[in-house]
Parts: sequence; C-alpha cells; structure tokens
Amino acid sequence: MQADAAALSARRRGRLRREIPGALALAPTALVVLVVFLGCMLWTVRLSFTSSQLLPRFDFVGFEQFERLLGMGRFIVSAQNLVIFGVLFIAGCLVLGYLLAVFIDQKVRAEGAFRSIFLFPHAMSFVVTGLAWQWLLNPELGLQRLVRSWGWESFTFDWLVDRDMAIYTIVIAAIWQAAGLVMVILLAGLRGVDADLWKAAKIDGIPTWRVYGWIVTPLLKPMIVTAVVLLAISVVKLFDLVVAMTHGGPGIATEVPAKFVMDHLFERNNIGLATACAVMMLITVLAVLAPWLYARTRGGQRT
Amino acid sequence: MKNAPIWLAATAILFATATAPRAQEERAEVIHWWTSGGESAGVRVIAEAFEKAGGTWVDNAVAGGTNARTAAINRIVGGNPPTMVQFNTGRQFEELVDNGLLRPLDDIAEAQGWKDVLPPAILDAITRDGSIYAVPVNIHGTAWMFHNAKIFQDAGVTPPTTWQEVIDVAPALREKGIIPLALGGQPTWEHSLFNAILADEGGPELFRSVYGEGDSGAVEEDGFRHVAELYGQMRDLVDPGSPGRNWNDAVALVITGKAAMTENGDWAKGEFIAAGQQPDADYGCTLMGPHAPMLIGGDVFVFPVIEDDAVIATQDKLAGLILSDQVQIDFNKVKGSIPVRQDVDVSSMDACAQKARAAMNDPARQLEAQELLSTPDRTGATRDVISQFWNNKQATTDDFVQNFADALDSTY
Repeated sequence: MQADAAALSARRRGRLRREIPGALALAPTALVVLVVFLGCMLWTVRLSFTSSQLLPRFDFVGFEQFERLLGMGRFIVSAQNLVIFGVLFIAGCLVLGYLLAVFIDQKVRAEGAFRSIFLFPHAMSFVVTGLAWQWLLNPELGLQRLVRSWGWESFTFDWLVDRDMAIYTIVIAAIWQAAGLVMVILLAGLRGVDADLWKAAKIDGIPTWRVYGWIVTPLLKPMIVTAVVLLAISVVKLFDLVVAMTHGGPGIATEVPAKFVMDHLFERNNIGLATACAVMMLITVLAVLAPWLYARTRGGQRT
Repeated sequence: MKNAPIWLAATAILFATATAPRAQEERAEVIHWWTSGGESAGVRVIAEAFEKAGGTWVDNAVAGGTNARTAAINRIVGGNPPTMVQFNTGRQFEELVDNGLLRPLDDIAEAQGWKDVLPPAILDAITRDGSIYAVPVNIHGTAWMFHNAKIFQDAGVTPPTTWQEVIDVAPALREKGIIPLALGGQPTWEHSLFNAILADEGGPELFRSVYGEGDSGAVEEDGFRHVAELYGQMRDLVDPGSPGRNWNDAVALVITGKAAMTENGDWAKGEFIAAGQQPDADYGCTLMGPHAPMLIGGDVFVFPVIEDDAVIATQDKLAGLILSDQVQIDFNKVKGSIPVRQDVDVSSMDACAQKARAAMNDPARQLEAQELLSTPDRTGATRDVISQFWNNKQATTDDFVQNFADALDSTY
C-alpha cells in the first residue's frame, strides 16, 4: 500500500515537473489576458454606469447613460449601419473571393501575377483605401465626371454624397480591400482538395460547376469559417475607412459605433456615454459569438 | 591641424554638456497641435522669444487638437505633466481645473494687469470660480464670409452683407456657371455656417441662451425658426460635391474662381495669402449681418500644477512672454488671428485684421464662439442635429427645432 502511494506521488511529482515549464511559458499570456483584456473590459463596464465626462469618475448613475444612448438618433443609425455593412461586406467578400479563387484555380497562365494583383488591395491600409475610393466616387472628381466627359451627360453615380446610399459605397471599398484575402484563404483550401476527387468526378462526367458547388465547397468549410471570423473582426473594428471616406457623413448617414465611441471619448468629453456604447458593442459581439461557441463545444463533445 | 574639425566638434560637445545643467533649470516642455505651415511659424515665434530670454524650448507637437489634448491629459493624470499645454479658448479644460490639476494664474494676471487689456468675453472664458487658469494667445474670428472679388465684378452684383442677400445673389452667380457658396461638407463647417447665421440673425442674446444655458424653450421661438429657415435655404446654394469636402478645398474653389463665397474662420486667410492674393483687392472678407457681431474663439495655454520652484518660475516667464507686445504682433501676423491684447497696435496688419479689431472695439459686437459657451458634449450633440438637417433636403424646420431642443435637453 505504502509503496503504491509513494509511486503515485512520485508520478504526480513527475507530471508536475513536466507541466511547470509549460505553465510558466503560458503565464505571461494568461496574465495579459486577465489584466489587460478582462480588466479593461470590467473597467469599461464600470465606467458606463458613471457620469464620467473628461476624467473618469466613480459615482453610480444606474442606466442613465444607456437610456440616453438608446434615445440618440446617432447611435441607432450607427447600429443599423453596422448591420448593413456587416451582412453585405461578409457576403460580398465570400462570393467575390471565392469566384477569384476558382478563377485562379483554373490553371491560368501567370497565376502568380493575378494572385498578387488580387491580394494587392489588402496590403493597403483602410485609410489609403478610403481616400482612393473617396476620389473615385466623388461626383465632381471621379467616375461620374469621367463618364460625363465621354459624352454620357446624364450619367449619375453619386452614392457617396447621397445620404441613403453612402453606406453602400463604404461596403464597396471594403469588399475591394478584403476580397483578396478571402481569395488567398480559399485558394489554399482549393489546392488542398484531393486530386483523386477531381479525377473521380471527371470519370463520372459531373460538370465542373457542380463539383465546385456540391463537393468542393463543403470541403472548404474550415477555410470559410476562418475567413468569416477574420472579416467579422474587421466589421466590428470599422472606423478608419469611414473616417477617410465620409467622416461619417453626409450628416450622420455613415456613422458606426466605433466612431461614436472615439468621438465621445476624446472630442466630446463624455467617457460615460462612450463606454456605454462600447458595452453595447461588447454585448453584440457576445450575442453573435455565444451560439457559435456553444455549437463548437457541443460539436467537440460529439467527436 | 588636419584634425581641427574633430577637435572643434569635441569642444562643442563638451561645451554643450557643460552648459546643459544651467539650461535645464529653464526647460519648458510644451504640448500643442500647431503643425501646419502658418501654425508652426506661430509657435516658433513664441519658442524663439523664450530661448532669447534664456530658456530651453522642448517642442512636443502632436498632430490634431484631439490627439494633443488627450496626450496632455493622460500625462497630467499620470503624474508626469508637461510645463505648458495648448487648449482652445473654451470649456475643454474646466474639469482639469475642478480636479485641481491646473495652476491658477491670478498673481501673474494681477501683476500684468490682464483685466485692463483683455476683452471681457476672453476673460470670462479663462476664469473659473473667480480665478484665472489660462493664458490667451490670440483671437480668432470664427465666422467670416470670404468672397472672390473678380467674380462679383464680372457678374455685376455687389457682394452681400446680409444672409438674405447671400440667397438673393445666388441666381445671378449660378447663371454664370459659378457655385454661389462653397462649403467644407463636414459637420464642423456645416455647424460653423449655422452658428454664423444664428449669431447675426438670431442675435447675441439668443446665441448665448441656446448654447450657454441650453435653453430648449428659446429654440421654439420665432427668432430661432427664422434662423433655421434661412439656413435651410442655404442648402440649395452649395454644389453636389460638397459632402465630405475639406474646408481648405472649399476655400480653394473661391480662390480659383469656381465658387463665389465661402464661410469660415479667419484661418482661411492663410490660404488666400499662400495663393498670393490681396485682401480687399482679389478677395473680400465680411462680417455678415445687420449687427455684424464677431464670433470670437482662439487658443490658450494652461499650466499643469508642478511642485517645483524652477518650473513655476519658467511658467511665469512663459505667461509673461506670450502676452508681450512683440510676441502678440509677430505671432498673430503669421497665424492669421489678431492679438488678444486690446492695447497692441495692429496698424501693420492686413485689412481683414483691421476689420476684426474694429469689431472688437465695440463690446456689443463681441460674441463668444460656441466652444466658449457650451460643453464639448453639447457642442457635439447640436453638431449632429445641424449636420443631419443640412444633408437632408426633405427635413423640415419643425423636425429640426424638435431635434435641436432634444439635443439641448439630453446633454450636460
């Protein structure tokens, strides 16, 4: 009995000895996650219940800031814009990125050159993208003027200065910027598809588009999920593209929550309201992530 | 003797390190956001005056007012304050005062007789709870109408002096293929145009009660509605390319003769000067309206509390320098503003500066810009409402008045 116990504790010690370096290596990361991410998150939530203006204050005003926030036209508009942008941007990038990837996958000549050209926009910052598209879409400088100078006098493309359409110009610019990244990810996936699969399909006489649609695309699911996660992150972060392209205008037509937070935090001396908006963003992200995390853990149990 | 340059350099380094400790006693670290051409020329005037007086100027320019103020506030709160920080004349820094983070300057103000030489509106803006907390540098007129003189000559119409005339001259200009009014299509400039009309047509009293007291009742009266209607009519005077445009691009449209007029602060003068144009010849500047008040804003410097006699002495010296006659005139000539001291001789400055001074000589025409009256929170919320109204031609005066009142009621 005693020998058994001694062996057990020795084994335990041995396991502990093996685990210590690993735990030590992970400790800084864990600390950063705890202190910086979780700490700041809690700090933000705490501030959203205060009347903080220029400097943080630690009173407690209940849901006052949230009430004001939900009554503000600007916040409602920015939340709507985030939804419009999020849905169209992610869908647009996936479709365009996938088509580009399939196109390159057709063993085209100068494939490397095409890949570089398609990926090139992604190498540019959102600020540069925004400025370039601002010029292109400006009715007095860009496309509209160009087409009119060719003789088509009635041609109109003034979405950028149209309050109802401006948000879509931001979607266009963002898709142009990010579709290349989706292409690269999906192309890697396409290249990973077993060549035998293609041969088998060919022998069976299945048309290429059906192979892509019914066989290959389901195989790409992990890559598509990766792409969606990457795109979703840039949706929530959306800020610099809007600032560079429209400054949130015309009026407040292209406001987004991140810009709302920045404006109130630094320009309008209203930390309380800004953090309330940040908390709303956090809740949105959690609401989107929760079902996904749940599905993943359930899926993990099954396999 | 081949090595002479090296020896010289070594001696220079030795000399420099030897004198360093003495210089450090009068070392001023200054955070400001004056980074454009005219602005940095202005800050050099102050820096050179300070160095001539034996100090060492450590320049800490941060591009963008918001960024500079955030950097400064973070350092002040973090316990490592700079010697001096730029702010706009207004209520941006009052919470720093309330938390005891800024140094009261009453003794300096007393000694130099600030109360006798500064206009009352500026004195009010730098005073909180009876103490003075900032050194004003300049006065900016924030609402001027600039026009291209040649365009008006060619079209055979006289440049307008009231807002109704601005609307009336538009058809004649448009006939010639000229944009009547160029506007920077960003909320700041849409707001600036509105405030200019409110100040002139609504009058100083209404302006102060709306922005200063946040009186939402005043918004529903006829005076304000009249202003809103005039402003609404202005929407037809700008070109379709306006939304999103930078203010300086709007000024450029006037300079190049594509547009007839633009409303902006006197900093726009810098663009005309850079294009080699002469005031009252190539371009004109007007304070609009029947009573033509001058909306005044400007820049100030504040001094964080630092418990060190050497630093306090440095701060005293800076405050004195900034308000000295020479710095006032040299600085404001390159910055495009006018001296904040009412006793400085401005006869060497240009025609627009003369008009500004003439307006400043009449206390009834001095009107605080919105930033001096309302909190940044209220300024921002009203800006959102104004910008929404401007960019939606279907929006009615009733909607606008309602939203404006709501904005005043919900802000602090």
